[in-house]
Amino acid sequence: MDTTQSIIDAKGFERTITRLSHEILERNKGAETLGIVGIRTRGDYLARRIAQAILEGEQVAVPFGTLDITLYRDDLRGRLSQPMLKTTDILYDITGKNIILVDDVLFTGRTIRSALNALMDLGRPASIQLAVFVDRGHRELPIKADFVGKNIPTSNDQEIRVLMAETDHEDAVLLITHQQEGDAQ
Amino acid sequence: MKLASRHLLGLDGVSHDDIELILDTAVTFKEILNRPIKKVPPLQGKTIVNLFFENSTRTRISFELAQRRLSADVVNFAASGSSVTKGETLKDTARNIEAMKIDMVVIRHASAGAAHFLTKVVKANVINAGDGCHEHPTQGLLDMYTLREKFGSLKGLRVCIVGDILNSRVARSNIFGLQTMGAEVSVCGPSTLMPLEIERLGVKVFHHLDDVLPQVDAVNVLRIQMERSAAGLFPSLREYHRFFGVTSERLNKVNRPIAVLHPGPINRDVELSADVADGPHSLILEQVLNGVAVRMAVLYLLGLSE
Repeated sequence: MDTTQSIIDAKGFERTITRLSHEILERNKGAETLGIVGIRTRGDYLARRIAQAILEGEQVAVPFGTLDITLYRDDLRGRLSQPMLKTTDILYDITGKNIILVDDVLFTGRTIRSALNALMDLGRPASIQLAVFVDRGHRELPIKADFVGKNIPTSNDQEIRVLMAETDHEDAVLLITHQQEGDAQ
Repeated sequence: MKLASRHLLGLDGVSHDDIELILDTAVTFKEILNRPIKKVPPLQGKTIVNLFFENSTRTRISFELAQRRLSADVVNFAASGSSVTKGETLKDTARNIEAMKIDMVVIRHASAGAAHFLTKVVKANVINAGDGCHEHPTQGLLDMYTLREKFGSLKGLRVCIVGDILNSRVARSNIFGLQTMGAEVSVCGPSTLMPLEIERLGVKVFHHLDDVLPQVDAVNVLRIQMERSAAGLFPSLREYHRFFGVTSERLNKVNRPIAVLHPGPINRDVELSADVADGPHSLILEQVLNGVAVRMAVLYLLGLSE
């Protein structure tokens, strides 16, 4: 039996986006030097929402792009089947920009390591700052987020699922606990 | 996502889904080729040998670039000046090279079936880069990629392959691949350069360019292999050009643009007039760029299969 617990609902989701965009603006003293890059998939939807929130708050259209990190993964070898490649779509020069890298869940840190290498192959940003919607702990690499939507301490038999209206029909963050048969007593 | 086979020997028998997977994967790699840093790491630590028993410039450079851009280590082998001139067999050459821990082999050979033979004697993944008059699958794939990019889809697309069908591995790979993807393929050329019973592959056969041009969206013009005109298969290059040369006069008679492909190297004013080769409907240089992206896709998909 799996139990599902809702951690953030649609209202809270929107508030978290707003807060993240404010923190990003505050830290960078405005939006002029920024570029936003979302990691496929869901990181790109989050990045788009943050860019939209900045546009509404600051009237600055921050350049936006999506990053596919598949080719930079450290677990490409030895899989039975490879993940489908998608394209990286960053149509602006990231060199000299303060790049906000956005992902939905920060877990082992391996995705972010891949993303950093992928970004470095595209140019030389002035800085890269990491924004994640949920930090669930269990890092395997020395990586830490600059902006965190919510810290949710988890155990290994738990799973965080970030749902977004763009693909999942609703905005929510769920905490799912996998329980093996017989654990319940 | 995974290809059905761990080798690419030809497009005959390769499924619709596998071809689509290769072409879709190539889209990602083409984007990478347009970046300032055209290199990604997925084949780091893999060693690939290019075994070219026949001369080649474009295909070899294209494969080598594709390999380097995927961060593979590359060894090149050319038959001239090698142990082959001392009488070593293909089997021994291949096994000796494999003993040095090679992960993938790309082979071009004058004999049909050479790539297939290699799969029996080495454990590495094998990619056929042209075997005799049999197949040249990556050329077929890059032609299909170019056509798909231009027209959006291959389904229902009408393509005519013009020229020396008899001696052409490019023609065969194109026929098999395009038909699998739902295109309508015809061939056009002098009857001396047409294989017997070619109709059995499901293609319409034409012997007059002006008959077929109004019925197609694209022509893939094959190279006349100069050394063969001497064999008496057609009277002269000038005569060939008059009857089968793709010229702007011929194309202009059709009141809509026809895309022009050529696998290279071009004999200007033999199979293709210079103004068409350099003209607005020529996709020839696109083909060359797409060739690197498609080969990266094939190397990536095969190189990571276990």
